[in-house]
Amino acid sequence: MTALTLMDRFRNGLWYENPGLVQLLGLCPLLAVTSTFVNGLGLGIATLSVLTISNGLVSSTRQWIRQEIRIPIYVLIIASLVTCTELIFKAWFPALDRSLGIFIPLIVTNCAIVARAEIFASRNPVGLSIVDGLVMGSGFALLLMAIGAFRELVAMGWLLAVLPPGAFFSLALAIAAKNWIDQRKHHE
Amino acid sequence: MADMPVLRGGMTLAAIAAICTALVAVTFELTDDRIEKNAQAWLEQSLLPVLAGVSFDSGIGENRLAISAPHELPGNDDAMIYRVYAGDSPAAALFVVSARDGYSGPIRLLVGLDTSGIVTGLSVLEHRETPGLGDGIESPNWQEQFVGKSLENPVGNRWNIRGDGGEFDALTGASVTPRAVVKAVRETLEYYAANRGIIFATANAPEKATK
Repeated sequence: MTALTLMDRFRNGLWYENPGLVQLLGLCPLLAVTSTFVNGLGLGIATLSVLTISNGLVSSTRQWIRQEIRIPIYVLIIASLVTCTELIFKAWFPALDRSLGIFIPLIVTNCAIVARAEIFASRNPVGLSIVDGLVMGSGFALLLMAIGAFRELVAMGWLLAVLPPGAFFSLALAIAAKNWIDQRKHHE
Repeated sequence: MADMPVLRGGMTLAAIAAICTALVAVTFELTDDRIEKNAQAWLEQSLLPVLAGVSFDSGIGENRLAISAPHELPGNDDAMIYRVYAGDSPAAALFVVSARDGYSGPIRLLVGLDTSGIVTGLSVLEHRETPGLGDGIESPNWQEQFVGKSLENPVGNRWNIRGDGGEFDALTGASVTPRAVVKAVRETLEYYAANRGIIFATANAPEKATK
């Protein structure tokens, strides 16, 4: 794990391969729970921890797992981690659990997690995979928080922002902003 | 078939499944008590505000009575009544009902009535009314106007929102939602008046709620 590859991971996870902005993975929870900053933060942290631990487990078992059974194994690992996360939220953050509702258990369907297991963790050493999970998870969590904060602020003047269409508009604006920044950099 | 790949794959899968199950089981053991406590605390916390001015000494969420559909209470699904006691005598009944005529889906209400059928409080548990318009029913100020009301006060048609000739405040820009809530509270009062005996007839000594 050299410093260079580590920097690469950070740059990719947070910006160039951001799961929400670029890969467009996990959009269902992203659109559904981002009506407030706190909801975005809660789901972001839950997703981040599941992704990090699942990357670590998938990577550390990768020598023993045969190609044919890897998908059921990812499913098992991810489903158990999500169930544990849900129980932990219910026990220690009941208020957050109430406002996130079904979207905590639905982390299991977030394709960003199984995608990282397949694309990265099953081919890379444990340490790097955990870093990848942390960074990709943070990229997703930061986007959730940014959209949550944006919608909450805009909703003071424009009610539509907290309604479902507001989620689509906000995500579209975020993607457009990212592309605009990338293009300006490119021209320089 | 020297190393039996299918068998080995199956064994790996079984081993991982066992480890994952153990992980979930341990987490469940560690969190079970806290989750149970949180649920009870949340229930009491949401029931307490509708018990203004009632003196009682029983646990609030303990003694409940499920009324299965169909019934005359508002809502198509099963309704729940929490009975609250002072010593051995009934002190209040809290109704969990749903108003059906809202703008968007059922509005789950908690209506508290004392033994003489006077409203001790109203709270909105769950709704999907329009943010900024119908969601004004969440405001404590709006809910406050029901406290102290009963079938005798106001009477007949006055149990309506102002726009319909009644005396309850509607919300600016949204009359459908408050109209549905007023109607549901009135129907709950009517149900109580007709079934008062039955509601407190069973289990004078608080029975433990079943899980």
